[in-house]
Formats: sequence, C-alpha cells, structure tokens
Amino acid sequence: MIIVKKLVKRFGLKTVLRGVDFEVQPGEFVALLGPNGAGKTTFLRILASLSRPSLGEVNIAGYRLPNQAAQVRARLGVVSHLPLLYTDLSAEENLRFYARLYGITNYQLRITDVLELIGLETRRRDLVRTFSRGMQQRLAIGRAILHDPDVMLFDEPYTGLDQDASSLLDDILNTLARQGRTVVMTSHDLARVEDLATRFDILSRGVIAATATQRQLKRTDLLTFYKQALVA
Amino acid sequence: MDAHPTPSPSFLQAIFAIVWKDLRAEFRSFELVSSMLVFSLLVILIFNFALELDIKTRQSVTAGVLWTTFAFAGTLGLNRSMAIEKDRGSLDGLLLAPVDRSAIYFGKFISNLAFMLLVEIIVLPIYSILYNTNLFQPGLLLVILLGSIGYTAVGTLLSAMSVQTRTRDVLLPILLFPVAFSVLLAAVKASGGFLNNSELTEILLPINLLIAYDVIFIAVSFMVFDTIVEE
Repeated sequence: MIIVKKLVKRFGLKTVLRGVDFEVQPGEFVALLGPNGAGKTTFLRILASLSRPSLGEVNIAGYRLPNQAAQVRARLGVVSHLPLLYTDLSAEENLRFYARLYGITNYQLRITDVLELIGLETRRRDLVRTFSRGMQQRLAIGRAILHDPDVMLFDEPYTGLDQDASSLLDDILNTLARQGRTVVMTSHDLARVEDLATRFDILSRGVIAATATQRQLKRTDLLTFYKQALVA
Repeated sequence: MDAHPTPSPSFLQAIFAIVWKDLRAEFRSFELVSSMLVFSLLVILIFNFALELDIKTRQSVTAGVLWTTFAFAGTLGLNRSMAIEKDRGSLDGLLLAPVDRSAIYFGKFISNLAFMLLVEIIVLPIYSILYNTNLFQPGLLLVILLGSIGYTAVGTLLSAMSVQTRTRDVLLPILLFPVAFSVLLAAVKASGGFLNNSELTEILLPINLLIAYDVIFIAVSFMVFDTIVEE
C-alpha cells in the first residue's frame, strides 16, 4: 500500500531524512517511533503530500508522489496533533465543508454515520470552539475518515489528551484497524501504541534504524527494543 | 462505509466550499471584518482631523486617502484571513483535499475580496459625509471594484507566502506594497479622475491598466500558488 525508497529530505543545508526505505502492506498498523527531531513528522508530511521529497520515491495506493498527489490525497486520511478544524463552525458544518472538498455525494448520511462512530452525534450542531481537546481530536478523526480513505496517517494524535480522551481515541483506532485500513502512526507514547500496532519501526538519525512486528516483540518488550534501536 | 469519493471533485465545487466556509465562519465571529472596519474608520478620522483641508483641496486628496485606507485595511484582513488557517492547522486540511490547489487560491481570493468590498461599502458613505464628497458615482465604484480585485489577488498570494514565516505580520506589507504599488497608483489616478470630473480619455488609461494588472495578478497567482504553499 505504501512503498518508500531511498527517501531524502533536506531543509537548506540540514538533511532530516537520509535515505528512508519503508514499506507497508494493506491492513497493517505501523507505529513509527523515534526521539524528537528524528524526522517522523517530516516523513509523514511527505507521505501526506504536504512536503516534497528532495530525493527518492514515494508510492501510495499505486500512485506516485508528487506527480499524482491529488489521487494520493483522495485515498489518504490525516490526523495530526492540530485538529485542522474551524472553531467558528459547528461539528456538522466542519464535516460538510470537508465533504464538499472531497466531492462526497450524499454527504448528509455519511456525516451522520461518522458522527455516530466518533460519539459526537448529540453535539453535531455545537460550535467546535465549545469542544474539549478530546472532542476536537475525535472530530478531527471524523474529518479524516469522512471520505473513507484506504490509508490513515496519525501524527502524535495523543498530544494534549487526558486519560479518558486517550482511551476513547484507542477505541476509535481499534475500530479503524478492524475495518482493515492501513495505518501509520507516530507517537512518543510506547505503552499506548504497544497494543494497537502490528509493526513497530524506529526512525533515528533520518533512517529506519530497526523494525519489528508485534509477534516478534513477544520475546522482548517494546521499550527494550526501542532503546536498543537508538543505541545501535 | 458507503461514501463515494471522487478522485477529482469539481474545481468550482471546491471554490464554492471554501467561500461558503469563510463567509459562514466570519459572519459568526466578525473577527476579520470588524478589525478591518475599525481600522478603516480610524484612518479616515485621523486624516480628516490631521489635514484640516478646505473643500477644494479635500477633493484633490480624496482618492489618495481613500486608497490608503483600503490598502491598510486590506492588508490587515489578508494577513488575518491566512493566519486563521495557519494557526489552527486548517491550511493543511485544505492542502490535503484532492483538489487542484489553485481552487484553494480562488476560494480564499473570493472570500478576501468579499470582506474587502463589504468594508468598502460601509466606509464609503461615512467617508462621503466626513469629506463632503459624493463617492457614489458608477465610474468610481467600478474603479474601487477593479482596484480591490487586483489588490486582493496579489495579496492573497503573498499572504499565503508570508504566513509561513515567523515575521508574517511585518512581512506581508513589505512584500505587498511594492508589488501592489502599480494597482494602487492606477486606482488613485482613475478615482481622482472621476472625482475631479476629468475627461473620459484621461481616465481610460488607468482603468485599462487596472484591468491588465487584475488579469496578470490573477494569472500569475493561479500558476504559482501550488509551489508557494508546498514545503
């Protein structure tokens, strides 16, 4: 579903990604871990076609970036630590706006389905500025899945969420995984992704330093694997 | 999961969606229009009391004061309009949509133009009373429309560029005023011509220039917007 070959990203003289090779099969849930400044967000922004690679190949759902960016974007759902929502619009208005941008027909039915999934059906007419951080993040997920994307990218989605909101986000992520969507998620919170992801990739110093599936990790714990990958 | 995504939603549909969103959000908060309006009124009042002009001289400076007011207020609105998108991360939300990115430009351009025209509609009668000048002449209104189109066209593009920097509040006027100088100059000349009842032949040249600048600025913005918003 996602094939990345020798991806390099430079900002001026600074090289953030130094030849990343990365592949994700359909239905896989990959947790991309790494310390601050490792290039996780930059990598996800390139996958989301928000940033151009300096060198290398990126292929998503059979389409190549940056030439076929519009086709890629139609198949991507992106959630970051910012909700990408308009606080002066209601939950329903936000979803209606994005539905129009994605060319979704019969969007009223779809919006109702999504609001039910994220548990905001009763707050559909309330302005987003009255929502808690957790509710905004749930609506952000609703926005990202509105067009039924094959691939979901999550960039630190737990940032700023309290325990209850994080648990609710876990439930939604589990539901997305059960639906067979391909998910790539960056996170600092190893404990939280340990049960969610089916594979763990460690990004360090601009390259994928180590990779392991959940099954392989049964022999060791994620924290030990993470530390070993950073030291290597 | 019975959504029906289309790989390429209609260009016009995307523009309409962005304009609808901007107008809806603005008429709920009045965050942008109110700041532009208050600023415009303050500029007019300051000029009115600072210049203390006789009626004849007032007529000769009206066009300049009017466009200075519109340019300053317009810059404020352009900056805020794009900053709202950037600060809340929603600019990324727009860029993630599977639409031609020039549709995003046109959507923002039309919204910004609507806000600028709304402020101008409110400011014009107040200006007419304070400066004792009839500004409701069809020719002058056409010039205001053409000048606002050119100013907003280039301003929307440059605000998309400046909003990505830390010094965006300072950077936008620094970038915008030199580029929009040609539009403002033609608009002042044409407005002055109508206010001073000049010959139509004298006014036609700046009006033609305004139309040319509008076409050029919109065409250039259409071509480069994608490059400007992408990292």
